[in-house]
Amino acid sequence: MAESKDRPSLPADIGQVQELLGGGNYIAGRELATTVWLAMQMRRPLLLEGEAGVGKTEIANVLALTLERDLIRLQCYEGLDLASAAYEWNYPRQMVAIRMAEAAGKIAEIGASLYSREYLVARPLLRALESGAGGPPVLLIDEIDRADEPFEAYLLEFLSDYQLSIPELGTVRAEEPPVVVITSNRTRDVHDALRRRCLYHWVDYPDLETESRIVSLKSPGISEGLRAQLVAFIHGLREQDLFKRPGIAETIDWANALAQLDVATLHAEVVNDTLGLLLKYQDDIARFRGSEAARLLAEIQAADRA
Amino acid sequence: MRDGTERRSGDNDSSPHPHGLAATILMFCRTLRRAGLPVGTGQVIDALAAARKVGLRSRDDFYWTLRAVLVSSPSQFRLFHQAFQVYFRNPRLLERAMALMLPATTTPQRDAQADTGIRRLLEAVSRQDQERLEGSTVDVDRSETWSHREILRHKDFEQMTLAEQTEAKDLLLKDIHLLRHVATRRFRPYSYGQRYDLRRSMQMMMRNNGQLLQMTRKRRIERPPVLVLICDISGSMGRYSRMFLHFAHALGSANRTVHSFVFGTRLTNISHRLRDSDVDRALAQISADVSDWDGGTRIGECLERFNKEWSRRLLSQNGAVILLSDGLERDSTADLEFQMQRLRRSCRQLVWLNPVLRYERFEPKAAGIRKMLPHVDLFLPAHNIESLAALGSVLSRGSTSRPAADRATLKAAL
Repeated sequence: MAESKDRPSLPADIGQVQELLGGGNYIAGRELATTVWLAMQMRRPLLLEGEAGVGKTEIANVLALTLERDLIRLQCYEGLDLASAAYEWNYPRQMVAIRMAEAAGKIAEIGASLYSREYLVARPLLRALESGAGGPPVLLIDEIDRADEPFEAYLLEFLSDYQLSIPELGTVRAEEPPVVVITSNRTRDVHDALRRRCLYHWVDYPDLETESRIVSLKSPGISEGLRAQLVAFIHGLREQDLFKRPGIAETIDWANALAQLDVATLHAEVVNDTLGLLLKYQDDIARFRGSEAARLLAEIQAADRA
Repeated sequence: MRDGTERRSGDNDSSPHPHGLAATILMFCRTLRRAGLPVGTGQVIDALAAARKVGLRSRDDFYWTLRAVLVSSPSQFRLFHQAFQVYFRNPRLLERAMALMLPATTTPQRDAQADTGIRRLLEAVSRQDQERLEGSTVDVDRSETWSHREILRHKDFEQMTLAEQTEAKDLLLKDIHLLRHVATRRFRPYSYGQRYDLRRSMQMMMRNNGQLLQMTRKRRIERPPVLVLICDISGSMGRYSRMFLHFAHALGSANRTVHSFVFGTRLTNISHRLRDSDVDRALAQISADVSDWDGGTRIGECLERFNKEWSRRLLSQNGAVILLSDGLERDSTADLEFQMQRLRRSCRQLVWLNPVLRYERFEPKAAGIRKMLPHVDLFLPAHNIESLAALGSVLSRGSTSRPAADRATLKAAL
């Protein structure tokens, strides 16, 4: 337990949350910091919704990193069930135990011990309740909208009381609740019952200045001039009529790509060549490549000069 | 907050009078509830706890705090924002507002001039609310030249004849269970199942003193497929759309995986209306909700709305789309082809029901039809109940692969 003394404690106020996230290279607005702080203080799960690639998952990663806690990740998918999300009994071991008890003639005694913790295989949810040496972990339930409704319903008990009821064993409760972060891309609406148990935050695209700071942190290899240009370009792009607008992840990818290509300033050719990093649908690319891209570029350069 | 300091100046963490804050938040939550935000008692308690933790030093922090607790969807942000602005700029205004809203606690003395202001405020809040209830789909740019031709009138549905009703009911009974089910990754016990159910086998074994009498089995749970119905309600579609809505109701009221939309010049999601078990009441509600009955058609634009706002939310589970329209697009058809392509690519199967198809010598001459036709998987007639029944059999027969869009053979088959 000596280790846990050194572990950073939970932030004391909202400003500290911003510092904490900043320490993990995550730039958070006051709004997000407030919600994160409240989630920790009130011991509530944090429900983050937003477009793909705006940094929802990253929040959990950074929290785990800066709070020096284990990150337990549960990636959701349709049909995710108890056995892979919460716990599973180790049937082969149980079978062997029965056979051995039979051989030793102690079959009557085995009954009580067969459903004990020893035979239980912990999956992410159960592991999140059992804090190890590193203290209570950060649990990331990623893309909950991909799981189906039955799984959401199953989560309700876990999220409100930080406990799991295992019929054969009893209730497992967390001594100290984990920090829970749930993300959703809104491909399906998450049920109200689950929303009610969480603190809600909508992660939006950042403004020009914030995004510029993010780029300077995440890809320090590019010059200030290029950074301003590319961020302005991305913002212009997001205003276009696109099926999927580029997120921050795309911005960072693009910045890194431009750094790799040794680009000093944005020009039409390099934009057209690297458009696949920003737009992920062929229709969007076809529509935007060429004249549209050139027009947006000209606008940015004009604004730059002015 | 600044204006409210005389009421809440003593509400800091160390204060012995938390009642001021509690009462303020309670009233605020009640206001939100009146305005249509679903704020439960648990959330009121949470809001109070959160506000006590954050303190009242900064108005912004207080705002984000209440929003994190009380709002659970981006569509509610605007309503919350307005309510917050109004409430915490001048709480007395709100007290009066509350007094207006809760007649039982009204104080009789009113300043007539102030009242009009409050009424305007209440109207503003309730208008926001209406927008919220209508859903995010209705967003019409009134500057467009189309708006003057849009016939905004409400239409009462005619009564369906008794024969039609019976037929519709038959259709319902025949076809709902005909819809081919989709296998999920979940299992349920089943004696002839393909897989062994180890957990249950083990439990059985324990009940029999460790004797394994029989391995129990399990099988996959199947669920109905996701089905999206998009119905054209423009003037030229008149009675077909009514029939189709009955069909949609028959499918949708019992089944949560059916989503229905209507469009004329704008797209409206009517799924929640069709959950009403009484078809007449459901259709009456829809007729009250939707204002573009019997007007023009802007297929391209409505499909674009669907593609942008709904397709990823509804079709992520590989659903099928049934589009009922005559394809007579009156707007410019520039974008229509692209939107049809996009729609087809995001679903398992795109079925186009066209009432015009019943005419023997039908030739797709209209520009809209020509643009849409290459991008559908199935092109079927829809002029009476029988053809809808045929649709039911197509859906139930449907394989996972896309059937060829060969209109001639399909017509022959029907």
